[in-house]
Amino acid sequence: MGLHDPVTDWATDFDHTDDAWVADPFPIWDELRETCPVAHSERYHGVWLPTRHDHIAEIAHDTERFTSRQVIVSEYRAPLDMAPQGTAPPITSDPPYHQGARRMLLPAFSPQAVAKLEPYTRQACQDLVDQLEGNDVVDAAEGYAQHIPVQVIAHMLGLPASDGDQFRGFVNVVLEGVDQKPEDREAGIVEFFRYLKDLIEDRMRNPGDDLVSYLLEVELDGEKVDPFWVTRMIGLLMIAGIDTTWSAIGASIWHLASVPGDRERLIAQPDLLPTAIEELLRSYAPVTMARLVREDIEFNGCAMKQDDFVLLPFPAANRDPAAFDRADEVIIDREVNRHAAFGLGIHRCVGSHLARMELRVALEVWLAAFPDFSLADAGAVRWSGGQVRGPRQLPLKVETRSERY
Amino acid sequence: MKVHVDQELCQGHGRCYALAPELFEPDDLGNGFAIDEGDVPAELEAKARLAAANCPESAVIIIEDADDATEAAEPT
Repeated sequence: MGLHDPVTDWATDFDHTDDAWVADPFPIWDELRETCPVAHSERYHGVWLPTRHDHIAEIAHDTERFTSRQVIVSEYRAPLDMAPQGTAPPITSDPPYHQGARRMLLPAFSPQAVAKLEPYTRQACQDLVDQLEGNDVVDAAEGYAQHIPVQVIAHMLGLPASDGDQFRGFVNVVLEGVDQKPEDREAGIVEFFRYLKDLIEDRMRNPGDDLVSYLLEVELDGEKVDPFWVTRMIGLLMIAGIDTTWSAIGASIWHLASVPGDRERLIAQPDLLPTAIEELLRSYAPVTMARLVREDIEFNGCAMKQDDFVLLPFPAANRDPAAFDRADEVIIDREVNRHAAFGLGIHRCVGSHLARMELRVALEVWLAAFPDFSLADAGAVRWSGGQVRGPRQLPLKVETRSERY
Repeated sequence: MKVHVDQELCQGHGRCYALAPELFEPDDLGNGFAIDEGDVPAELEAKARLAAANCPESAVIIIEDADDATEAAEPT
């Protein structure tokens, strides 16, 4: 399917879109961690892959040697004159610009702000399970998980939930389209920015009580932000908020469908859910970020060249036995869990509190509606490729509550 | 015991105030702060340690030998 040949040597020629990585990256990371903890590939014009928690943390904290000017690996490099904002601030911004741009967004994603979105989220989840009930087989990715973050972000932006399919198309082009032909991906990205531009222009004429209007009004260093950059921020929130949370919800349901003991335990002990969620986030952290090497450097014996990419596979960091006891086991009552699912350093996921709320509510509503579920066909589960990993097709056999009594 | 959140390290992951809301609270950016000067009643010491052990940035600092006089002066 992709432009790239199958990988035969993960240490010297890896590709994060390879079918083997997409299906199950964990053995690849585990072996590299033991044998070649910072792998390299000439693909994408040069990219590195650290697999140890300490190396990943060191790079994530080092904004001097590693720039966030581009965080999605592709054949392309964002031009230097996109700095300091980068293409999608603040995730693509470096200090000192980064802090101000981030502070604009944080109040909208604080725990206090997120708590106000919980009733809407719960109703959205309930409506989705209501539509699924009565079927013997349902797709928890296509029919449930993917809709939840789309509806919540649409609600925050003041957009109709019916734009959801269009959003998901944009996300797919940006995140999962890295091995598409550049001209196809480019056309999709142009369409995405046209949608965003129309949205911004509409809110400039008709401000409302929504996040777009807020970002057009809020000041950074005493001045309103250029609508061009607000467009880019909204683009980021849509891209970063949808695929990621969808993946976390889907992967969690996949785990509970695959390990009946854990599912039964959560039904019996609902108080365990917040602890279990952290372990599911550790074990199936969806997001791998990336940095560009700012200038030629040596990093732990690796000669990294300017504009090489460095992947930051937070899910690999979370499976490092040097950082976690029994790192390769999913232990849903794990109490000590310093996981890095939401990143490390200054780019901690702005939406982490929102994502945790969505994940918790999504699981609560799902478990209440479908206390008994299992994989309908393990071979039919399909995982996304690229830097956000989660199930995209997840057919489950379900027994609805009403059938049980 | 006292607790303290190092604001140079804190990135607002929010594990401390989720695990020990009696001891930590968020500001409006989501960063964690110790409540009441960071004094930890004896019955919450385990929660304080749990919060520290779960901070991804190791920003939650436990001061085990906090001044006895301070603890005595502020019974909880």
